[in-house]
Amino acid sequence: MYKQIGVTGKPNHLLRDQMIRLLIYLMVLCVSGVFLWILLDLIHGGGALLSWDFLTDVPRDAGRAGGIGSILISTLLVLLIALLVALPVGWATAMLLAEFIPAMSLLGRWVRYSLQVLAGVPSIVFGLFGYAFFSIYLGMGFSILSGGLTLACMLLPILVSTAEAGLRAVPESYRLSAAALGMSRTATLFHLLLPVAAPAWAAGLLLGIGRAAAETAALMFTSGYVDRMPESLLDSGRVLALHIFDLSMNVPGGDAPAYASALVLIILLLVINLIAMQLIHFWQRRKLNTE
Amino acid sequence: MTWWKRSILFQSASIDKWLQWLLRAGAVMAALIMVLIMLFLLLESWPALQHIALIRFFTDETWHPLEDHYNLLPMVTGTLYASCGALFLAIPLGIASALFMAFYASPRMAILYRRLIELLAGIPSVVFGFWGLTTLVPMINQWQPPGASLLAAILILTLMILPTLALTSHAALTAVPGEYLRSAAALGLSRWGMIYGVVLPAARKGIVAGILLAAGRAIGETMAVLMVAGNVVQHADSLFAPIRTLTANIALEMAYAMSDHRAVLFVSGLLLLLLVMVLTSLAGWLGKEHHV
Repeated sequence: MYKQIGVTGKPNHLLRDQMIRLLIYLMVLCVSGVFLWILLDLIHGGGALLSWDFLTDVPRDAGRAGGIGSILISTLLVLLIALLVALPVGWATAMLLAEFIPAMSLLGRWVRYSLQVLAGVPSIVFGLFGYAFFSIYLGMGFSILSGGLTLACMLLPILVSTAEAGLRAVPESYRLSAAALGMSRTATLFHLLLPVAAPAWAAGLLLGIGRAAAETAALMFTSGYVDRMPESLLDSGRVLALHIFDLSMNVPGGDAPAYASALVLIILLLVINLIAMQLIHFWQRRKLNTE
Repeated sequence: MTWWKRSILFQSASIDKWLQWLLRAGAVMAALIMVLIMLFLLLESWPALQHIALIRFFTDETWHPLEDHYNLLPMVTGTLYASCGALFLAIPLGIASALFMAFYASPRMAILYRRLIELLAGIPSVVFGFWGLTTLVPMINQWQPPGASLLAAILILTLMILPTLALTSHAALTAVPGEYLRSAAALGLSRWGMIYGVVLPAARKGIVAGILLAAGRAIGETMAVLMVAGNVVQHADSLFAPIRTLTANIALEMAYAMSDHRAVLFVSGLLLLLLVMVLTSLAGWLGKEHHV
């Protein structure tokens, strides 16, 4: 009886296991295939147009000719403003949450919950908010400043969570040793914990830059569509992602420069993300060594 | 060890207190942003909420905002169809990817595939939309015109939420205690028997939390859907019919909307925000329970 079950059951199970393994491999191949397809498509479509001139020239004829020089400058300015505002606030929050107040305190819970919700807010809602608050209420209009500030709000959750995780991963013995030496908590933080957590912070910063550079919907009604070279922070400036959108949707015959712009954006993001991953990897290995 | 010329001890006794107040100010600022967003969305949608009865958003004949017809229902169903379709496709793919990384691939292969998924997560939505517009839409068009359709939106959304699903499921799978796996192996379970009978039930909550997060992303996605879905205001009657989602509607009409119309768009933004808030809160609650 027992043997019978074993004999009849086993080949079936083996077959089932093999089928499922095959299915999973197929799905994984499918996902990898689509990723490569997208990449090759962009390289194929945009590679020919990509040159130094394309990167530095200003767009002409609604973007059909010329390059993306002014677009890149606008993108850079928006990113800079977003980071300048989001970094101090985000990192201060992370330091407070990780080092100064207990996780279950009222302030801690409130800040954490609102950041968690903020992380899930759709980017178009950030766009609506930025438009209503920065552009209209604060009177910045369609400007690089307004776009940068809107992006800063979007970046906060990712900056806080990566920086806090970095601080929390520093072994407790560091803090205890510092306390035993009579160092103040401020000194411990700046001379001991931050240097150890620095790669994690840098990785978070890069991930934030990647997120910001990819953003479109939040900037449609805040930093605007104007593709001229921006002269001040109160000028409207079109960012790279929005440029791709505009070329492919609103400009007939804009596909070639759109391909090239998409290629530029994607190369930029792949490089940034790869460096960030490498940093996290390096940091995790070092952490293992010190423990 | 580096020796600093000046004292590294920040001798002043009150410096800890000063720093803490500074950091507190930063944290309160960070938390206030969420309050500000709610406040301004409410403020801007107030005119509409005040003299348009809520029921009209679902009972008006059509969406003709210039003629005072504000039926949001076609956009709501558009958003729901596209998100549900994308989840339907992405859940199996995402969980299969996570299982591959956790149980089937060699360590080197698993890291490689994980990198690929993380890079996929970093591709901007506008690039997905652009690729869909230039590659997918013409392909669907040859098969079943017009091409820009619910199907295209579902496929692009699937690609966009797949990384979220794969990475959260993978985290949930690796959090299953090793002794469960060893016990299952000791009982002579086959690999799939172990996964189906032990690992998946143990990781269920984490996976569901990931699915909720992915649903939030799918509902909130704007640009990619805007570029491939065709943007016709209608209830989709087939996979090949063009649709318009709530997010796309805001992006399309905000530029020229005035007075009541504008306020209604803010109402739909508020609706989106509330939907996503419920989903992320649920996910956060499930995730917390899972970790404890």
